[in-house]
Amino acid sequence: MKRHFDEDLKKMNTDILKMAAMSEESIYKAVEALKNRDKDLARAVIDSDYKIDELELVIEEEAISLLALNQPMAVDLRFITTGMKINSELERIADLSENIAQCVLQLADKPLLKPLVNIPKLAEISRKMVRDAIDSFVNLDEELAKKVIFSDSEADKLRNSIYNKLIYDYMLKDGSTAPRAVPLLLIARHLERICDHAGYIATNVIYMIKAKVVKHHLERLRK
Amino acid sequence: MTVKMKTHITSRTQGVSNKIVDENKENIVKISVKDFNFYYEKSQALKNINLKIKENTVVGIIGPSGCGKSTFLRCFNRMNDMISGIKYEGAICIDGKNIFDKELDIVDLRRNIGMVFQKSNPFPKTIFENVAYGLRINGIRNKEYISEKVSRSLRNAALWDEVKDRLNQSAFSLSGGQQQRLCIARALAVEPEVLLLDEPASALDPIATAKVEELIHELKKKYTIIIVTHNMQQAARVSDYTAFFMMGELVEHDLTSKIFTKPSKKITEDYITGRFG
Repeated sequence: MKRHFDEDLKKMNTDILKMAAMSEESIYKAVEALKNRDKDLARAVIDSDYKIDELELVIEEEAISLLALNQPMAVDLRFITTGMKINSELERIADLSENIAQCVLQLADKPLLKPLVNIPKLAEISRKMVRDAIDSFVNLDEELAKKVIFSDSEADKLRNSIYNKLIYDYMLKDGSTAPRAVPLLLIARHLERICDHAGYIATNVIYMIKAKVVKHHLERLRK
Repeated sequence: MTVKMKTHITSRTQGVSNKIVDENKENIVKISVKDFNFYYEKSQALKNINLKIKENTVVGIIGPSGCGKSTFLRCFNRMNDMISGIKYEGAICIDGKNIFDKELDIVDLRRNIGMVFQKSNPFPKTIFENVAYGLRINGIRNKEYISEKVSRSLRNAALWDEVKDRLNQSAFSLSGGQQQRLCIARALAVEPEVLLLDEPASALDPIATAKVEELIHELKKKYTIIIVTHNMQQAARVSDYTAFFMMGELVEHDLTSKIFTKPSKKITEDYITGRFG
């Protein structure tokens, strides 16, 4: 049976995808700004964050209306509640990209401490995790969602190796490198947090598809 | 029966363009209720109601039992005229014309305003004849025209696919939900502009209810619809605007999305959250 409610769900879905595309683009631009030491691009990331904030509020309103006016059940209810959570995660991801752009501005006028190797790698992992998490949401792909969750440990290892390198090879040996090392440390931290948020999206997607709570219980995924 | 009107209201609404545009929102106002009071003998059932209803929208009327919502609905096609000792004050204007105007033909008014009741009430006739009935009593004899109108009305009521092969069977052979949609088709056949629905789904099962609700969503593209329901969730699902009545007063009227998420008045919030009523 045709339901006009489906049109409203579709609209919310489309807006979440738009939000995902905008958040992913902000990660890409922030990291490009770092690689190319491009202050204009960094400022563009910071200046466009308000658009993502506005879309977050639009999606939130849509979700509240859908809940209040349609009394959704089962899969519809899980879609809307998951959509609300994904919406918040994407907004946080965009905020973290903005934080990276702020670090880029701090670094832009100083010579690079070292050639960037692991940070672009971590950036690529974070973008891929966000993209895959959203793909798993769109395609209701539980396996892809699991893959996202498990790839978080790779991001953690890379972040640790960036931390160790910056702390032991630079900051402890020569304290004067701190002003250039700390923003890089923060960037690694922000990128790794983006990966965490992609993982949270994926756990919510699994809840939406299977009505199975895996948040805080990742061991259930290995069974 | 006395039908009393405030003359200054009548004169204000007569001679105005048929389509009134709400200046604030630039939407066409189809129905305008002005300073409207209604009495059953000495008991006042509706108190100073002011309301504008836009064309091609669904207005849900909610409120506890005895708040006046059904009385209000029955005012739009003057169904209450059949009750002795009633009295009106104020005006209800449809396309700018006061329906209490003495020169107004009440048969014309009721032809223009279809009504569907809580309990489906098909005539003891065939499915086809139920829908054709309104056309026949309006003097239409052209068989081809009637046949075309019947099929179109049944399609508009989302019933055609279920009955097209059994049009000559009794209307009573249909299920409750189908009978209710048949009554809607019967109301549509005479091409009204406004539809009044009085608890149209309260006697139906959830699937039949969902079908009627989807139908209402489709019908608003062509009609202006006023629905009375004691099922608040139904009002939330089907209506664009919601009017909350309480003890004969219109407490709040606003977009349904606003009424059900952030009502302006505490009494509305208490009612929709089930704190009283």
